[in-house]
Amino acid sequence: MELVCPAGNLPSLKAAVDNGADAVYVGFKDDTNARHFAGLNFTERTFEKAIRYAQDKGRKIFVAINTFPQPDGFKRWKAAVDQAADYGVNALILADIGVLDYARERWPDLRLHLSVQASVTSAEGIRFYHENFGIRRVVLPRVLSVSQVAHVITESPVPVEVFGFGSLCVMVEGRCLLSSYATGRSPNTYGACSPASHVRWEETGDGTDTRLNGVLIDHYGEGEKAGYPTLCKGRFQVGDNTFYALEEPTSLNTLSILPKLQEIGVSAIKVEGRQRSPAYVAQVTAVMRAAIDQCLKNPDSYQPQDRWMQKLSEVSEGSQTTLGAYHRPWQ
Amino acid sequence: MMKLSIGPIQYFWERQQVLDFYQQAADSAAEIIYLGEVICSKRRLVKLEDWLAIGKELKQSGKEVLLSSLTLLEAASEMASLKKLCRNESFMVEANDISAVQLLSGAGKDFVTGPSFNIYNGRALKLLAGKGLKRWVLPVELGLDTLKDLQALRPDGLETEVFALGRLPLAYSARCYTARSHNLPKDDCQFKCIEYPDGRMLATQEAEEFLILNGIQTQSALTHQVLDQLPELGALGVDVLRISPQHDGTLEIIEIFDAARKGGDLEPLTEKLLKLLPLGACNGYIKDQAGMDYESQQIA
Repeated sequence: MELVCPAGNLPSLKAAVDNGADAVYVGFKDDTNARHFAGLNFTERTFEKAIRYAQDKGRKIFVAINTFPQPDGFKRWKAAVDQAADYGVNALILADIGVLDYARERWPDLRLHLSVQASVTSAEGIRFYHENFGIRRVVLPRVLSVSQVAHVITESPVPVEVFGFGSLCVMVEGRCLLSSYATGRSPNTYGACSPASHVRWEETGDGTDTRLNGVLIDHYGEGEKAGYPTLCKGRFQVGDNTFYALEEPTSLNTLSILPKLQEIGVSAIKVEGRQRSPAYVAQVTAVMRAAIDQCLKNPDSYQPQDRWMQKLSEVSEGSQTTLGAYHRPWQ
Repeated sequence: MMKLSIGPIQYFWERQQVLDFYQQAADSAAEIIYLGEVICSKRRLVKLEDWLAIGKELKQSGKEVLLSSLTLLEAASEMASLKKLCRNESFMVEANDISAVQLLSGAGKDFVTGPSFNIYNGRALKLLAGKGLKRWVLPVELGLDTLKDLQALRPDGLETEVFALGRLPLAYSARCYTARSHNLPKDDCQFKCIEYPDGRMLATQEAEEFLILNGIQTQSALTHQVLDQLPELGALGVDVLRISPQHDGTLEIIEIFDAARKGGDLEPLTEKLLKLLPLGACNGYIKDQAGMDYESQQIA
């Protein structure tokens, strides 16, 4: 199982490489990737340094170009594909059919991975991208149970990568428009969910309100720690109850099921978090490296260590973790 | 003149209600009708055989009938149902997921893509047209400017459909939110969706009605409507306007759109339309704004 870690800047990339990532995935400084945030991502100059740093140490570098270009911006996506290819990237992570078609035609030998944003949950779907664009790996959305992932792997024409740790999208990726409904900007069109430009934190008499383009996402009482107003992690009213109607602020953590993921034939484990700090990347990469190594060495006696769990929960949303859709009762 | 379509019912309705609805739809001005369950495979009051029978009757009434596929596929049993749907010899299929596209194109069958199928640029349109795509629905978050560019790049013979009225399909999940709102797991959902024929309201803590929970789907609480833009959509060569069914008033809404496409005065039609919506209207997406925004030239 390959460990694939995120980097939003050069220090994070070094942290990932130094702590044992097999591959690091990055994005360019524009809306061609799904972590389009101010101050994040790579210019041509920093990208050159990043690729050299990773590849000199025998690690791979993947470039995510995983948003959906509209006709007036298509040339930006082509330029991103060309730039990554020119520098000898190990793989591109793509989502849009048009971009995949371009990459396949212009760079026929370049390794293509299907992004989670392509929203593919079945072997039939994977076959479409394999037959048409020669994809060599697929990243599955976080909507399948472990047994469903196992079933896809049995029938998939290409190896499968799954999410192992990080902030949890509860909606199937690539088909969630909650953010553009509230703000006009979505992961698909703009590369960001609940964009910072539309976020407001307001002190009220009895605590803090968090708003997204005016919509109240949550209210925190005095002394309660206010989280980022991600739409699907707010407290809302349904019927007579006010609660986390979609999902609580929580992160995905698969340490407890690593042997199972290995047994069913998962080829790579992805860590979410290009928007997080180098310290996050270092900490999560080190824990995941140790856990995967232990699991590969002796899957039968593998147990997630308390200190691993402790370290991961420190950097989790709301300091809590979940198995998400992998675990049927979560659904 | 642009055609009118009735999209698949997004909600879980009683069987008799579904049958009654399509009986009325047979006499409506809509030329195209999409049938089938697109949200949850556990909703089985109307089965494939029933849809085929309903479709046959609608076809005899002169309607173009299509069968819509499930949007989010997870279980192996859902793939088996999809294969069965795609094998039907009676009606074209609306593919709401890439799996359906693969099955249909592999079998050499033409198909249509639905509103939650991602086509954002001309290159994607062209590739899919080569696979048998005959009509596509513009993703709901895209507006008139992008539509204009896409119409210019559209391959010959391909029809364009716009989601013209309905609560917006915004997201899909492994989790069932209606069951969750009753503190039930999905595997023991007790079919709570049947109690909410227009979905279950989710409001902010300020009581702003914001989203609709419809099983594993999340919709907008406001109803997206593009009546104002009908002249522009017509001028851009849009072929079909989709009306997404709601519990009450769908047939009246079709009459309003029918009058509007024939050049009726939009102001009284808009006024009439707004009274039929369960909560209120939005139209931000068509103007490249936040989807929940609403601005109308007809009523200040």
